[in-house]
Amino acid sequence: MATTLPQTETTQAATVDLGARFPGIVTADNRPAYKGWIIPKENLIEVATVIHDELGYDLLSNLAGVDYFPENIMEVVYHAYKTTGGPGLEFKVQVPREDPVEVPSLIGVWPGVDFQEREAWDLLGIRFTGHPDLRRILMWEGYEGHPLRKDWKEPFYEEDFKPFKSRWPDGQFHMAEEKNPYKDNLKFPGGFDPEKWIPEGEALLYGSLARYTVKNEEGLNTDQIVLNFGPQHPSTHGVFRAAITLEGETIAGLKPVIGYLHRNHEKIGERNTYIQNMPFTDRLDYFNSMANNFSYALAVEKLMNIPVAERAEYIRVIMAELSRVQNHLIFIGNLLNDMGAMYTPALYAFEERELILDIFEAVSGARMMCNYFRFGGVVRDVPDDVMQKIKDLVFDRLQAKTDEMDRLLSENEVLVSRSKGVHVIDAETAIQYSVTGPVLRATGIPYDIRRADPYSIYDRFEFDVCTRSNGDLYDNYLIRLDEIRQSLRILEQALKQIPQGPINSQKPAYQVRVPAGAAYGRSESPKGELGFYVISNGKPNPWRYHVRAPSFVNITPLEKMCIGNKIADFVLLFGVLDVVMGELDR
Amino acid sequence: MYGKGILKGLSVTWKRFWNTYIEDISWLLRGKKRYFTEEGIKHRSSSATRGIFTVQYPEEQLITPEEMRYVPFLVYDETPEGKREQRCTSCGICAKVCPPQCIWIVRSNDPNTGRPIPEPTEFYIDMDICMNCGFCAEYCPFDAIIMDHDFELASLGRNVYDMEKLLKPASYYKSIRPLNYERNEAERKAKEAAKAAKAAGAATPSAPAATS
Repeated sequence: MATTLPQTETTQAATVDLGARFPGIVTADNRPAYKGWIIPKENLIEVATVIHDELGYDLLSNLAGVDYFPENIMEVVYHAYKTTGGPGLEFKVQVPREDPVEVPSLIGVWPGVDFQEREAWDLLGIRFTGHPDLRRILMWEGYEGHPLRKDWKEPFYEEDFKPFKSRWPDGQFHMAEEKNPYKDNLKFPGGFDPEKWIPEGEALLYGSLARYTVKNEEGLNTDQIVLNFGPQHPSTHGVFRAAITLEGETIAGLKPVIGYLHRNHEKIGERNTYIQNMPFTDRLDYFNSMANNFSYALAVEKLMNIPVAERAEYIRVIMAELSRVQNHLIFIGNLLNDMGAMYTPALYAFEERELILDIFEAVSGARMMCNYFRFGGVVRDVPDDVMQKIKDLVFDRLQAKTDEMDRLLSENEVLVSRSKGVHVIDAETAIQYSVTGPVLRATGIPYDIRRADPYSIYDRFEFDVCTRSNGDLYDNYLIRLDEIRQSLRILEQALKQIPQGPINSQKPAYQVRVPAGAAYGRSESPKGELGFYVISNGKPNPWRYHVRAPSFVNITPLEKMCIGNKIADFVLLFGVLDVVMGELDR
Repeated sequence: MYGKGILKGLSVTWKRFWNTYIEDISWLLRGKKRYFTEEGIKHRSSSATRGIFTVQYPEEQLITPEEMRYVPFLVYDETPEGKREQRCTSCGICAKVCPPQCIWIVRSNDPNTGRPIPEPTEFYIDMDICMNCGFCAEYCPFDAIIMDHDFELASLGRNVYDMEKLLKPASYYKSIRPLNYERNEAERKAKEAAKAAKAAGAATPSAPAATS
């Protein structure tokens, strides 16, 4: 049985030796199975500038805070990559875990860390000095404590780690609401009176928006107005709010307000065992549960250092690409909905999606919450009749239907005049702000992780990394069609090459043994780079489980994209980022 | 020509509109029913489908594949005398692997010796917390807990299922998942045969191993 091992050796060899570049300042992380470089916080900005300017790591993809509770250390881990491809560079800062925990902000080097630093401040209480707008992002202003700290406990707290003892062996049924009756299930900080509470977050939010009075051409004083777009709005694809200042119809400032769907996925993940996290990843980007499973499996397999069964690799690629096809079709349908072409393109897209979901259901058991991947392979084999169904779909139908979508929309004068020339983002800003996925490629940067840093078996397939050059709305629409065609190309090759054999390299086990260490697994999800940063301390539960969600990072430049555009275009500029709230709010 | 793109697009919608009637007439000419029949629904959810695509739930229902999973149930075997024999041994693997921890198992103790016996006294699953991930069924070593196909669970209160509601006969399991049932039965028989062979002769050391 031919197998592919995670490429740990090659990445280690190809990374730059920061220790030699900064002797006495930067030290290698010598903890067993850890990688990267430790930088003292005094030198962080200096070293980061060198990494960005001289070494060419222009894309800061991931920022994760880690709380080492008994050791009293707070750590911030950064993963930087080159948009020209190749392995990444991991560096970290360690500070003592005593308030105030302070780390200099890297917003001047990579502006894309903006929201990720705010997230680390919100959830872990790491204060980034020099950050211009360090407000909470997922929780609300006035919330007590930082939930991801290890000594923070949630209101329905039972035990630190699953499985809970009260289920088995000391089985004792109780309902959560009996333990915490209605109206009594809230905990307030000391001295807090909800009746007298003034939402200081709102004042801070509006304060962060530039607002001023100006004289117009006729010498009249005009005032900017603040418009709250959402949280309940049909075009925001979920519960999303943007506070916008308007100068007439032109957007002068914008701050996204998110977190309405926040459930602290990462805290749940740290309570879970490794395998228990698999179905939870489905709920991130619920359109692409297969792609989410993929990234998480990659991260944990890297930690466990296990091979993946050959047939399972092919099945994984087939499922991930089918998922990409349906995601992009839905994206086109929804974008047209946002433009006002109500439902005809969207429902045409839903037909193909139905057929793809039928396949997911037949192999995994569920249409959307697939929970199909396991460490070392997949749950069950694809039966022959389902394999035939996939072949029928890929070889006979999807190509024709993509062409049909193309015919229906691409030359439509209304669509073209509505979208051509509406500037979304330029290449330089997109890289600075860590934008990944089709939005980055539509600006002309051929950065696709399947090619730039191949994982699984993507290096065996022939496909093009699609790019467009203008980066306007129309290009963002066209690139999705291109990517569907490339995905179909990969699917055709995979379906022809798929071998017979076992579908998992490991024995099925309800508790996996994960050796201590840290690993960052990433894949090209349909929306961008989806990464999981997992730290194991050798126990059954992960010590840290961080999700680098493409939807979350991609909205960082939203303000920059919208300023100067008309308010009517905001819906489309937001829609083009293809955001899913389950992943954005986590 | 301005407007050509719109006309091109309209030709697509026009074609799709007529496809429904073309399909209907061709089914009529072949003397088959396209609606409210299993054949019709199967065709409408295959990749050869054209025209109208929707299925009129609840009058029509999509054909569920065997692997489809919804909330779990417990399996019991019926002995020839009509006695219920539970497969569950209250080993607790399902409760331990359950991601939202919605399974509670109370173990039984022998009233005379006080020692635990392999059978649960009580078994609760909170169906409103269950996330239908299927781990319990996947990792159960005795095929005692199986994912159901019945997804119409609407009720006015909380769906906390006790043993009474959870237990379903093995024949029901066979009816919803014939292939899985066959596979499990074969595995069990192979295991029993291996056990019997081992018990029969310590002299024959190479007993056939159960294959999975």
